[in-house]
Amino acid sequence: MGVTLGHHMASGMNGIRTAGDLVLRMEMQGMRINEAKKYVAGKLGVDVLDLADPYKMTEVRNKLGLGTVLAIPGEPKGMRAKANIAEVLDIEISCLNKL
Amino acid sequence: MEYNQRMGDGRLVSMTKDAIREDIEAGAADAADRAKIPTLSDDDMERLLDIMITQGKTVSVDVGNEVVMTTDMGHSVINGNYSECGGSGVSVGITAANQIIERCMGADSVGVQWYDYTYKSIKAVITQQQQELESILLNTTCPCCFGSMPNLGAYYKPDGPFENVGDMMAEGKITEGMEVYEQAAEAAIEDVFWVTQQVDKIGIDNINIDTAGAAGDGDLLASLKSAELIKKNTGISVEMGMANEFVLGIHGGMEYAGERLAGMYAHKLVKVAEKAGVDIFGPVCNTNTRMSTPWNVARAVTFLKECSRVSTIPLHANMGMGVGGIPMVENPSLDAVTKASKAMVEIGGADGI
Repeated sequence: MGVTLGHHMASGMNGIRTAGDLVLRMEMQGMRINEAKKYVAGKLGVDVLDLADPYKMTEVRNKLGLGTVLAIPGEPKGMRAKANIAEVLDIEISCLNKL
Repeated sequence: MEYNQRMGDGRLVSMTKDAIREDIEAGAADAADRAKIPTLSDDDMERLLDIMITQGKTVSVDVGNEVVMTTDMGHSVINGNYSECGGSGVSVGITAANQIIERCMGADSVGVQWYDYTYKSIKAVITQQQQELESILLNTTCPCCFGSMPNLGAYYKPDGPFENVGDMMAEGKITEGMEVYEQAAEAAIEDVFWVTQQVDKIGIDNINIDTAGAAGDGDLLASLKSAELIKKNTGISVEMGMANEFVLGIHGGMEYAGERLAGMYAHKLVKVAEKAGVDIFGPVCNTNTRMSTPWNVARAVTFLKECSRVSTIPLHANMGMGVGGIPMVENPSLDAVTKASKAMVEIGGADGI
């Protein structure tokens, strides 16, 4: 636990608080970090530096329905959020086709 | 003036600036000598020294340098209860634990890892794993990784069908041992691919072939061939994390894409991983518990920097307990973890952890 949280604090984008999950999805397709960030920023229409900013990214994720850490009833999360992510990033997300 | 530093076993010690600089130079030189790669530049060593003498409780990367994380622990940091997993033993289910790491802890990925962390063992519980996976995929937003080890050791009697290769070789049955080792590797490939096909039915995002090479060059060969098979037949994203900083030559003659695997370090391993179709590679540097954290981190950064220079795929440096400059201790201090984290990203060139 100390290792995990330490890395998140020191170096992490921090997942759906910002755009960490989106950048990781592009790294999973073999893009290195700068290329992945550039791709995601382009698709979201934001600056690369905005990607790890929780204030800016909460605004963007709410607007595009990409899911956030706040469990607001009725707002996209889980599969609904992933459907929007697939469309915005122009990628296939396997479980959307299989579940 | 003296600065608080950690030893590789986590103990707090005091060191002068000159002593820290000497350890950084020695750690970098050790890595360079072992892997036959360049040592760190003077500028890199000064940057590392600056990080190491920071006396705050934590340090962090500069804004804009953040990276993403994948893990071989996933939900186990919450609900696992065994020390090698860092598990806290909190009494919640696997889906809830994944929701906690996603919504409360800032994880970039969620995942499923069976406690008997071997693809061979997962076959017996695959339906349960599919059920857990379905629940996680329905209830989380982050990409989901399925991780386990090829673990050739699990294929030897009494756990598996093959004679123990180590015992055979100790008895002088070298050629016979090498043949059995090759057969065990083929069995592992079959199991990794079969499990992948089962979790692909549910829609997994990424397969983590983890701790690759734990049982030597045959274990690594099984990992590479499994990655190749997965990419050709399913297209699923593959991450491959190493077990060790170099490959043990149990067989000694095993090759992939014309390259002998035994003795390879990260900067060569990443090139064979690329050829196998791996999307994310996880290099390792083992921590020496008797040396200081400046020595261990300098060593890890030196290995990683050359690996990053030659790589075309993202690198998620292994930085759990006892690897990547992290002390070999169950409850490490934040100063040691965050200093290593910053150094590996900003000097080593990690794309993730």
